[in-house]
Amino acid sequence: MRYLPHTTEDIESMLKVTGQSCLEDLFDCIPDNLKTKDGIDIPESLSEWELNTHMEALASENIACKDYKCFIGAGRYDHYIPAIIPYLISRSEFMTAYTPYQPEVSQGTLQGIYEFQTMVTALLGMDIATASHYDCGTALAEATLIALRTSKKVRRIAVSALVHPSHRQIIQTYISPSGYEMVEIPYTPEGRTDLTALAGMEDIAGIAIQSPNFLGNIEDLAAVKAIADVKKSLFIVSFTEAMAYGLLKTPGSFGADLVAGEGQSLGLAKSFGGPGLGLLAGTQKQMRNLPGRLIGKTHDTNGDQGFVLTLATREQHIRREKASSNICSNNGLNAMAAAMYLATVGKIGIREIAQQNHDKAHYLKESLLTAGFESVYETPFFNEFVLKAPKGFEQKRTALIQDKCIFAGMNLEPFYPELKHHYLFCATETLSKKDIDQLAKEVK
Amino acid sequence: MNEQPGTSGLIFNEPLLWDKSRKGRCAMSLPKPDVERTLLDEHLTGDAPDLPQLSELDVVRHYTRLSQWNFGVDSGMYPLGSCTMKYNPKTNEVQAARQGFAAAHPFAGDMFSQGALKLMANLEHYLAKITGFDAVTLQPAAGAHGEFTGMLMIHAFHAKNGRQRSKIIIPDTAHGTNPASASLCGYESVNIKSGKNGILEPEAVAAIMDEDTAGIMVTNPNTLGLFESNIREIADIVHSKGGLVYGDGANMNAIMGIVKPGEVGIDILHLNLHKTFSTPHGGGGPGSGPVAVVKALEPFLPIPRIIKKLDTYEWVTDCPDTIGRIHTFYGHFGVMVRAYSYILSMGAKGLADASKLAVLNANYIKESLKGTLNLPYDRPCMHECVFNDLFQKETHITTMDMAKRLLDFGFHPPTVYFPMVVDGAFMVEPTETESKEDIDQFIDAVKAIAKEAKENPEKLKTAPLRPKVTRLDEVTAARKPCLRG
Amino acid sequence: MKEMKDLNLPDDVKYTKDHEWAKLSGDIVTIGINDYAQDQLGEIVFVELPEVGDEFDQGDEFGSVESVKAVSEIYLPIAGEIVEINAALEDAPELVNDSCYDTGWLIKLTPSDISQMDTLMDKTAYLDMLKG
Repeated sequence: MRYLPHTTEDIESMLKVTGQSCLEDLFDCIPDNLKTKDGIDIPESLSEWELNTHMEALASENIACKDYKCFIGAGRYDHYIPAIIPYLISRSEFMTAYTPYQPEVSQGTLQGIYEFQTMVTALLGMDIATASHYDCGTALAEATLIALRTSKKVRRIAVSALVHPSHRQIIQTYISPSGYEMVEIPYTPEGRTDLTALAGMEDIAGIAIQSPNFLGNIEDLAAVKAIADVKKSLFIVSFTEAMAYGLLKTPGSFGADLVAGEGQSLGLAKSFGGPGLGLLAGTQKQMRNLPGRLIGKTHDTNGDQGFVLTLATREQHIRREKASSNICSNNGLNAMAAAMYLATVGKIGIREIAQQNHDKAHYLKESLLTAGFESVYETPFFNEFVLKAPKGFEQKRTALIQDKCIFAGMNLEPFYPELKHHYLFCATETLSKKDIDQLAKEVK
Repeated sequence: MNEQPGTSGLIFNEPLLWDKSRKGRCAMSLPKPDVERTLLDEHLTGDAPDLPQLSELDVVRHYTRLSQWNFGVDSGMYPLGSCTMKYNPKTNEVQAARQGFAAAHPFAGDMFSQGALKLMANLEHYLAKITGFDAVTLQPAAGAHGEFTGMLMIHAFHAKNGRQRSKIIIPDTAHGTNPASASLCGYESVNIKSGKNGILEPEAVAAIMDEDTAGIMVTNPNTLGLFESNIREIADIVHSKGGLVYGDGANMNAIMGIVKPGEVGIDILHLNLHKTFSTPHGGGGPGSGPVAVVKALEPFLPIPRIIKKLDTYEWVTDCPDTIGRIHTFYGHFGVMVRAYSYILSMGAKGLADASKLAVLNANYIKESLKGTLNLPYDRPCMHECVFNDLFQKETHITTMDMAKRLLDFGFHPPTVYFPMVVDGAFMVEPTETESKEDIDQFIDAVKAIAKEAKENPEKLKTAPLRPKVTRLDEVTAARKPCLRG
Repeated sequence: MKEMKDLNLPDDVKYTKDHEWAKLSGDIVTIGINDYAQDQLGEIVFVELPEVGDEFDQGDEFGSVESVKAVSEIYLPIAGEIVEINAALEDAPELVNDSCYDTGWLIKLTPSDISQMDTLMDKTAYLDMLKG
C-alpha cells in the first residue's frame, strides 16, 4: 500500500526495539475476548485507476453534468468560482495543517482567518465575526442558545416561519433537551414574517429572522429591531445567500445583536450540501458569548506583528462542561476559501455580481410570468422568488431535468403544505439571458 | 546524527489585504451583463461592502506567501497527539472535485442524486463493518458534533423509556468536548479517575453508576494512548443499571481490524473522518463525525436517513423517535467522498495494516525516548504515547520550551499539556504514514533538545528561532482583543 | 511561582479556603483574590463580575478570573448584596496581579450576616491550610 512506508526490514528492526516478535503481539495488551474474530467485511483495495473509474461512474449518476442549469437556491447557490480559489486553497500548507495551536508555524492560517473575520464584519456590518461554524443552521442554533442563556429567566425563542425549514429543525434539536421552547412566528400573505403576531408574543429571549427569507423576500429588519427592543429580546438575523449583502443594507446597520449566515456562495462548491461555511457574527457586547475560535492580533518577542488563537477560555478544552459550545473543529479551510473569494471580488466585484443576481432574478420572474406562471408576492427580493405554476408543470419539470439537465425551481409544498403548486426559483450570475429565455420557452 | 529537516528559507513579509488595496482594482472576471439592470428599493440598498481591491496576482501572491508561513503534514512530521495527522492522499481531492459531486445540488431530488446517495449508503455500510455496529449516520459535521448527536440519542433513549436521567460519567482522560457535549443535553458530568495503570477500573464505575446516570463516555483507546481493557466489564455495569455506553472513536485509528467497538459493549460511537480516514484537517476543519449505533438505538438517528428501495436510494424523514436534524443538508458530503475513496484505496487489509503500523510507530517512539523524557505510564501503548517534562525540571525547562525548540528542528510539536491527567504532557502520535527514517530523525531531535535542556537551557527558552515569528504575546491578545483589522 | 515565604498575606484581611480575601470597613466588606491565587493563575486577562444589586449566599460562585489558558471560579466569602464592582478591571485586569489587595479588589458588598466574617481564616490559619 503506497501510503504505508514500512519495509519488511523496517518492521523487523522496529519490533526489536519494542520487544515484540510480530506486529500482532503489539496488541497483547488487549484481552483476546475483545478482539474481533472476523476481519473487516469490505471490498478489496482498488488501484488509483480502478478508483477513478468507480468514482466517475458514481459521480455521473448525479445530474450535475457540464451543461447543467441550476434555477434552484434554497440554501445552496450556483455562483462562479474563479480558478484562483481552488488553485490557492489546494496549497497543502493550508490544507494539511490543523488548528493553529503552534502560532509560530501557523501564521498563514492565522493571518488568513483574521482577514476572513475582518471581511465578514465588513460584509455584515458587525463588530466581531468568529473563525467559522459548520453551516448556517448550526450557527443559528448556537445564536439562539446564546439568547436563551443570557436571558436566564425567559426560556423561549421566537423564530420566523420563513427561516430555512432545516434551520428551524436544527434549532429544535439543539434547544429542546435543555427544556427550552421555540415558537414560530407566522408569515403574512406578502411572504414576510408577521410582525403583528410577533408583537403579540410575550416572554421571548430572542427573535430570529432570515433575510432574504426562505421565500426570497427581504424582511423589514428595522421594524423587527423596534419590536426586539420593546421586548428586550436579542435580535438575531440569519441568511442563506451571502451574496445578497453585496447589495442589501447590512444586518448590523439595523441593530442586529447576532448574525448567523451561510457562506457557501463565497467561492465554495455546492457539494451536495456540505461542507459549507457557517458565519457567526456579533456586537462587541457578545464577544465572550460567541462559540468557536477567534483569531486576534498581537506581537512576538521582537515586537513584530503576529496572530494567535485568543479568548480560548470560552472554549470546551478549557471550560469543559461550562463552555459556550462544544465546537472544536470548525470549517476553517472553507473560511480561508471564502476570504480568498472576498479578496478576489473586492468591493467592486461583489457589488456588480450581487446586482447581476438581482437583475437576472427579476428578468427570470418577468419571463416566467409571461410564460403563464402567476405572481404570488409583490415584496422586494434579491435572487429568489416564488411563483405559482400552471397545471402540468411538475411533469414538465421532471422531464426538463432528465432530458436537458435544467433544474427549474423547487416545489415548496413539502415545506409549506399550504403552498400547493408554488415553486421557489433562483437566478444567479451563472445563468445567461439565453438560458433564461430557453427555460421560459420550455415551460410555456 | 542525521541532518535534521528544519532550516531557514527565504520568507516573505506580506501585509494585510487591505494594506495592499488600491481603489479601482478587481481580481474577478466579471460576467458581462446581458439583461436589463433593475434597481432594488433605495431604502433597502446598502453601500458596497468595504472589501479590499486587488489584482489577481496580488491575491495569488498574498495567499502563496501566507501559505509559506504554515506547517502542514505535507511539510513534515506532525505528531500531534489525539489529532491523527496522517498523510492526506491526493487522489481523494481529485475524487471530491468531480463535477458530479462538487456541483450536485442538495435539493436536486433523490432521483437525480443517485450517485451521491449510493456513495453515502456504501460509506455508512463500510463504517458499520469497520466498527461492528448496525447503523450509521453521516450527518454530524465534526467529531464534537458527532458526540453531541450521540448524547442527544442517549437523551432521547431515556426519554422514550419514560424516565430522564440527570448525570453522565466522564473519565479524567476524556476529550474536553465530552463534558461540553453532555452539558448541551442538560447532563451533569460526573468525573471519574482512571486507575494507576492509566485505565478505568470497573469497581470505580460500579461505585458511582446508578439509575439516575444516563451512561458513560469512554474514549478507547484513551487519551493516554492506552487500551481500556476493562471495557466489557464496565459496559456490563452500566447496562445493568439501564445506562448506555458512549464511545469516543477519535482514536479508532489504532484498532481497525483488531477490535470492533460494537462487539465489546459500546452502544454508540462517533468517528472522525478527518483523523482515522485521512481527510485533510484544513487548518481546523471541515471535518466529519459519523455516528455508529447498535440496532436498538437506530430509531433515534438524525433525519433524513437513506434507505434502499429495490435499486434506488431515497431519503426518509418519517422516523417518529428521531432526535431530529443536526445539519442543514446531509453533513459534509465533500469530506465523505474523500473518506470513501480512502477506504476503497486501502481495503480491509490496508486498514488493518494502518492500525498495526500506527501502533508500531508509537511504541517504537515510546521505547526510544523513554530514557530521554519521563514516561508516566510505562505500558504498551496504542497509537500514541504520553511523556512529560519531569526530567527537565532541574533546569526549569518545560514541555512548552521543548515543543517550541522542535519547530527549529523542522517538526511540528506533539500535543502539549493534554491530557490533563499528566502534568506537562507531551503527547506523541506519529501515525502509520511516517517512515522509520523520519521517526528516527524525530527521536534524534528530541534527544538533542533534551541535551540542550541540560547544557544550554537559555536557548530553549528563546526558541523557536527559525520560523517567521518568535513566541507571541498571548496575554496582550486576550487582555485587549483585536479581532479585526 | 512564589515560595510560601514570599507570599504577601496582610494581617488585616480574612481568607477563605478558595483563596479569596475579605475586609470589613464600616458597613461594607471589600472582597478580592489573594496573592497566592493571583500568582497561581499567572497573568490575568479577564475578570467576570456580578452586577450591582445581585445578592448571594456565602460560598456562592459570583464570578471568574481568567488567565490565557485557565478559568478560575471565585466564591463569595460571606453572604450579601453587591454594592460596587471594580470597574477599572474591565480595561485593566492586570491590576489583580499588580495589586490584589488594593487597586485590584473585585467587589464590595453589604453583608447580610456580619458574623459570617468570623467563619473566615486569619493569616496564620490560612497559611497552615496552604502548608496542609
